[in-house]
Amino acid sequence: MNKLTTYTIKEIHKAYTDKLLTPTSFVDLCLKKAKQTSELNAFVTITATEAENHGIESEKRLYVEKNIKSLEGISIGIKDNFCTKNINTTCASNMLKNFVPTYDATVYSRLRQAGACLIGKCNMDEFAMGSGTIDSIFGPTKNPWCYKKEDGDWRIAGGSSGGSAVAVSTGACLAALGSDTGGSTRNPAALCGVVGFKPTYGLVSRYGLIPLVNSMDVPGILARTVGDVVTVLNCLAGPDEMDSTTIKRQFNPVIMKEISLPKIKIGIPKEYHCEGMSKEVLDTWQYVADLLENEKAVIKSVSLPHTSISIAVYSVLNQCEVASNMARYDGLEYGLRTEEDHSTEELYASSRSQGFNDVVRCRIFAGNYFLLSRNYEKYFIKALKLRRLISDDFKNVFEGEDSVDLLLTPTTLIDAPLYKDFVSKHNRDQCALQDYCTQPANMAGIPAVSIPIRLSKNGLPLSLQLMGPYLSEDLLLNVARKIEELVNFQQLHSV
Amino acid sequence: MRSMKDNLYKFIRKRAVTFRCVSTSVEKKWQSVVGLEVHAQLNTKSKLFSGAQNTFGGVVNNCVSLFDAAIPGTLPVLNRKCVEFGIMTALALSCKINEVSTFDRKHYFYADLPAGYQITQQRAPLASDGIINFQVYTPGIHKKPYKKSSKIKQIQLEQDSGKSLHDEELKRSLVDLNRAGAPLIELVFEPDLEDGEEAAALVKELLLVVQRLGTCSGRMEEGALRVDANVSLRRPGAPLATRTEIKNIGSVRGVAGAIRYEIDRQRKILETGGCIINETRSWDAANRVTIAMRDKEVVQDYRYMPEPNLPPLRVNLKTREDSRDVLSVPLIQERIPELPEETRRNLIEKSHLRPETAVQLVNEPLLLEYFKALTENNARNPIKVANLLINDLLTVLNKNKVDLEDCNITNKQMIELVDLVLSKDINLEVCRNILNELVRSTDEKMSVVSLIKQRAWSLVTDAEKISKMCKEVVDENPKMVKQYKDGKTKVLKALLGIFAKNSRSKYDMSLVSKIMEDLLKK
Repeated sequence: MNKLTTYTIKEIHKAYTDKLLTPTSFVDLCLKKAKQTSELNAFVTITATEAENHGIESEKRLYVEKNIKSLEGISIGIKDNFCTKNINTTCASNMLKNFVPTYDATVYSRLRQAGACLIGKCNMDEFAMGSGTIDSIFGPTKNPWCYKKEDGDWRIAGGSSGGSAVAVSTGACLAALGSDTGGSTRNPAALCGVVGFKPTYGLVSRYGLIPLVNSMDVPGILARTVGDVVTVLNCLAGPDEMDSTTIKRQFNPVIMKEISLPKIKIGIPKEYHCEGMSKEVLDTWQYVADLLENEKAVIKSVSLPHTSISIAVYSVLNQCEVASNMARYDGLEYGLRTEEDHSTEELYASSRSQGFNDVVRCRIFAGNYFLLSRNYEKYFIKALKLRRLISDDFKNVFEGEDSVDLLLTPTTLIDAPLYKDFVSKHNRDQCALQDYCTQPANMAGIPAVSIPIRLSKNGLPLSLQLMGPYLSEDLLLNVARKIEELVNFQQLHSV
Repeated sequence: MRSMKDNLYKFIRKRAVTFRCVSTSVEKKWQSVVGLEVHAQLNTKSKLFSGAQNTFGGVVNNCVSLFDAAIPGTLPVLNRKCVEFGIMTALALSCKINEVSTFDRKHYFYADLPAGYQITQQRAPLASDGIINFQVYTPGIHKKPYKKSSKIKQIQLEQDSGKSLHDEELKRSLVDLNRAGAPLIELVFEPDLEDGEEAAALVKELLLVVQRLGTCSGRMEEGALRVDANVSLRRPGAPLATRTEIKNIGSVRGVAGAIRYEIDRQRKILETGGCIINETRSWDAANRVTIAMRDKEVVQDYRYMPEPNLPPLRVNLKTREDSRDVLSVPLIQERIPELPEETRRNLIEKSHLRPETAVQLVNEPLLLEYFKALTENNARNPIKVANLLINDLLTVLNKNKVDLEDCNITNKQMIELVDLVLSKDINLEVCRNILNELVRSTDEKMSVVSLIKQRAWSLVTDAEKISKMCKEVVDENPKMVKQYKDGKTKVLKALLGIFAKNSRSKYDMSLVSKIMEDLLKK
């Protein structure tokens, strides 16, 4: 049995205090696992030196200073779109292949302050544009579930934070950071059988996260248990002077406790029964709804009428912000600069054309079209208005007389697809399909968590999503933990 | 007043004549319409959205934060002081401060714009609907000052860009990002003006206002305040015609010159049946012409988008409650000092100065400072003091080619000197000599009295001595004395001339004249 995939933060800390394990030896085990599973391609960079140094520091604090921090000696992975000082941060793109930041993202420095040890930077879709972690200059990340070396094909990890999900599910890390703009943390978590959490917009700082869509991006947390997600969240959340969009109020840590389900009303939004959703997923959804009902939770059907337009609205807003955010990559201050030196314009054109893949370039192109002054009202303003309606849908079900406390939906429409099936569709169509259940939460800025439930007949994880109102992390994660307990999902045993 | 004109704006006079011709012919057939857009750098320690130092002339690329270089993952954090300075300036210009304003991204590719967009306030600016009142008075062009005003459409906060340097020989461009992200306010004025002189007067007034407030250094030569002028011509009563925009004019006189040139250029085109194209032009200050800017030929679509990383900026309009994130506008209002318009009014109403004198004093803050020191507590006659400063001090400074800013005469020296003039211990000629010495000297402790002693410039007022000398002159010139007695009183002047020629020291000539006349009448 692969012990690494069953440990929780609490258990590791107990092993540390009982001296059954030390941070340095644990970090070594994690690094070994990362290297042993390298063909899954979870990591862009394995930061062995940093990990070892962090382990030594933890050991000193633990045994000399007798001071155990909340993530002391805990192995973590970080998606390669978070800036890490002196460590390459590539966004899986040629543009930033050689980019070495001189500063740390707030989330990384907070993890470090809590004693975490960095195992590596995780693979992703280029600039987080994708839902499969297949569009990376470092090659695709493979799902460890049902993976056999001798098989020609394999399952995708989901995306765009596929590397982070695989790093956690294989046991190379106890927890990992992803980013979540339309489901990029929850989607790979669902397909890889781990917990994936998207906090309320503004609860966790974006400083140092290379943006995709600033108004929807949030750092996401992946771990094997809801409890571990909470431990990491409690280290990350709270105001940051460097990110003006963080919520100014002091953050009250989430506390895991026994909750009484009979007081909880859970809504089942009917619009999430959508075309293309597999019977297995629908059955799983029903299964958990029944489990909760058995625990005397109130289950009721609700409506979020604008769900079906959400993906189109998301697409317009995404491309507009992408066009704007990508304007800085001109090859002058940092990033890829080609040899083209006839004129500044030609240098821009060739650097940008060689630096970005087709997906990125297409989105820049479309975004700039939507933002033209003659189109602005037609696309951008309309999309903003619809975004408001989508956000109001959530408000309506969470507030008022007939309100519910949380919503239960699937995370993805199907279990992890085979690589060859996945690439048969265009990136844009895949995103529209894969993000269907996840991106409305980003439009509204509300928290959401994906929890693995059971295995499909293919032996692949099936997961469900809980969404809650703005800043309802405490309730959301406590109910998620209750579901986790009820379903008793078995983690991946061996890789 | 003649010397006032000669000295203060000597260099304008020559051109004034030609301008007047243009002006009249324009008035007959065409009406010129001028509107300004002004960028003023805010005088804060750090930049608009980053902690990097906001300074002029630092070592290249030495005041650049990660955000200023658009390093991925960095975010803007609004500098509170910039908001305060923006609001203070807007209040001084009677603007309505907007309770909520927002930021936008304006996109264009340029090497000195690292993010590929500028953060500005296009849709909901910091302030709107203001007005600037000013006096138009260029000695030599206008006989008397006249009042003018221009409405302000909006005042917005925005980032400055970096600077590009193009090396034509080596075929390469260099970029300095020290200025990138520096705080600017853009002031958009309505097209309320008629010519370059009015525009120049507006800019001069704006400079005085921001300098009083301390919100902008106003140093146009450093680019701290830059002017764009929109110019068009129309038939009186007709709607606004196609305009051209003159970019980045870097001096007050440049504003007048560029607009005058542009009006003239457009008039010539229109009169020969041509039409004006909407284009951006630059002012070539050396050759005194405006030139079409080639890289601005294509009309840009800036693809404006709300800046998603900055929440709306809220201010407290009602109470004096001030918090970290919400500034109190009434508190800022309380700190606004006396403004130039009020100073001029006080000078005219309380000190009884002529309007043109008031304009000239207020236009030169250092002159005004001397004036205030000299007339404090009604110590001295304000009219005499003002004339002395404008006529004599400026003449001496001009002769020595010294700028007022570099004039190192202390208030103490000035008081000492003016008192000697007013008590007639020295005459104006000596006064100018002393000013000349003081301007050239670096010794701030030099006493005016000791200087007079040293140079034997003190005025002789001893009546007995004067009487004796007058007698000598009368005795030596019997012919002229006879002429005088025959009724040709003009010869008095000639006799006084002889007196002055004979004497080495400085005499109180009014006393000499009186004694001489008495002698002749005997």
